Amino acid sequence: MAEKVLEIAGLKTHFFTRAGVVKAVDGVSLSLARGEILGLVGESGSGKSITGFSILGLIDPPGRIVEGSVRLMGQELVGRSDSQMQSVRGRDLAMIFQDPMMTLNPVLSVGTQMVETVLAHEQVSKAEARARAVAALAMVGIPSPEERLDAYPHQFSGGMRQRVAIAIALLHRPKVIIADEPTTALDVTIQSQILATVQELCRTTGTALIWVTHDLTVIAGLADRIAVMYAGRIVETGPVDSVLDHPRHPYTIGLIGSVPSRGKRGERLAQIPGSAPSLASLPQGCPFAPRCGKAIAACRSERPDLEPVGRSLVACHVAQGTGGAE
Amino acid sequence: MTDPLIALDQASKTFERRIDLAGRIANVFGAGLKDIRLQAVDRVDLSVSKGEIVGLVGESGCGKSTVGRLVAGIHSPSAGRVLWRGMDVASLDDAGRRACTLGIQMIFQDPMASLNPRMRAGDIVAEAALVHGLFGADEREERVAAAFSRVGLDPSYARRYPHQFSGGQRARIGIARALAVEPEVLVCDESVAALDVSIQAQVLNLFMDLGEQLGLSYLFISHDLGVVRHIASRVIIMYLGRVVETARTEALFDAPAHPYTRALLDNVPRLDARHRSFATIKGEIPSPINPPPGCHFHPRCPLVGPRCRAEVPALKAGPHGGTVACHLNDGGTA
Repeated sequence: MAEKVLEIAGLKTHFFTRAGVVKAVDGVSLSLARGEILGLVGESGSGKSITGFSILGLIDPPGRIVEGSVRLMGQELVGRSDSQMQSVRGRDLAMIFQDPMMTLNPVLSVGTQMVETVLAHEQVSKAEARARAVAALAMVGIPSPEERLDAYPHQFSGGMRQRVAIAIALLHRPKVIIADEPTTALDVTIQSQILATVQELCRTTGTALIWVTHDLTVIAGLADRIAVMYAGRIVETGPVDSVLDHPRHPYTIGLIGSVPSRGKRGERLAQIPGSAPSLASLPQGCPFAPRCGKAIAACRSERPDLEPVGRSLVACHVAQGTGGAE
Repeated sequence: MTDPLIALDQASKTFERRIDLAGRIANVFGAGLKDIRLQAVDRVDLSVSKGEIVGLVGESGCGKSTVGRLVAGIHSPSAGRVLWRGMDVASLDDAGRRACTLGIQMIFQDPMASLNPRMRAGDIVAEAALVHGLFGADEREERVAAAFSRVGLDPSYARRYPHQFSGGQRARIGIARALAVEPEVLVCDESVAALDVSIQAQVLNLFMDLGEQLGLSYLFISHDLGVVRHIASRVIIMYLGRVVETARTEALFDAPAHPYTRALLDNVPRLDARHRSFATIKGEIPSPINPPPGCHFHPRCPLVGPRCRAEVPALKAGPHGGTVACHLNDGGTA
């Protein structure tokens, strides 16, 4: 068994708003081995992004991690002070956001921002920091990196900006990178280029990756394992092939059926009725039950836990009842 | 083949930004600023017949949205013609023009940005039809209720405001608004791009149902080849303002003839492609302000030859029964 770099157990992040307690993340457990790519899939409001932010300790009031643990290389991160987190963030744990135009400082050159990041964690000379920045830009495939170091974010195209964001995340060779929909805003050909770069980097540097997305098709090609989130919890997780070829949870089955793909042209897509529930007032029992065609009495009274079904873990009374039949 | 409802005939659209006073003063001191001309759409032919769903695909900046706006009459072409039932839109009389503007409706990408946040959903849906006198105020409630049910919304929601709806419901309001004036053609510009997968499936199903029930035609603009493959019967691929390939959907996806189409199809992530190595085409789309000479795709094309750098390829009949603009289809690249 490969070494675990990240272990999350029973993580709960709640937001205490005037309208009530929003349970954005409500008991998420997952682990990540060295060099592993985990696809964290869910629709808007499933809690997938908040899970990523919670790992990095980026939850602001009224939100709070109310329960659970996040261990990076065996070290507990929950409950650390801001300054203690800052020594981890950017060095061992890095994040890539959806829109690099929002995360890069528009009035500083890319080089300045990268040198700053290096110096934040290591005492090296400016020249050495610059050399590291050039190496990182070269690694993500930016042509003539030395000249581009003096360019400002607006002088890069969208795809190139995302490469810069990835280069910054890689500066300290982090153990884990959390990527929150980093290719959603990009064109398909550019998306492929970014995916190729990321995949190559994980293989060569041993960095583990959590790729947060709503797009199952991107994950299919990229990830080793998938975790599907719904209403703040993981409802199904397992190896990519197991989850995509033998989905057990009705929500996963619905999601896969919703993807327009080969051989179904002009036919009706298998849609999931209704829309996701409000996280402030979840129904009793399984939160998917109101949209589920297979719901039984138990689904409306008791929230199912993740249990092994086949090669996956599934949180569904019906799937657990029928066992591993495929 | 029936006559197309709406067609573009060698339509072009150029946007210009002239230098302003400050620029002219700077030029006196030798700044050398010039007017910026951007050819967004370059001699595009397109037609949509009754009941047909035509997919228009391309990456950001390829001019697909501008084509949609030409078809919907939001922009008028800088050159070429827009034809409504075979007649030039520019020369239509008032009644003809009215039939044309009402007959083509557009559904936008972001329902939150295209719905007035201070109007009730029912008023949004009824507004255009009331203005055009399609029904009187006495029929209003009944018509709004019918439009709501048609798109799968509860008619009792008509008094709510847009922010009180979910993303998928807002998309439905946008569709109901377009349907209220009884159009024949819907131009959908990335209409499902902002929606979650499960909601996207609901809206795509709705589009297909409406197409069957009302005999609607669609120009379906999207960057998502998976969606277009599912819904369209004919596909047009654009690159930097020009059409590079057109064909029936099956033919295009089974045997793409243009190297750009092939690259696009190779790069589409699919559910059944696991642990793949992402093979990529190099480079990015060049700026449309300063496009490369010859074939616009040649700097990224793996099969480029000397002729591609000099001569613009013409759109000719391709091996799949559609059309292709590539020298490889027209005597070679040498």
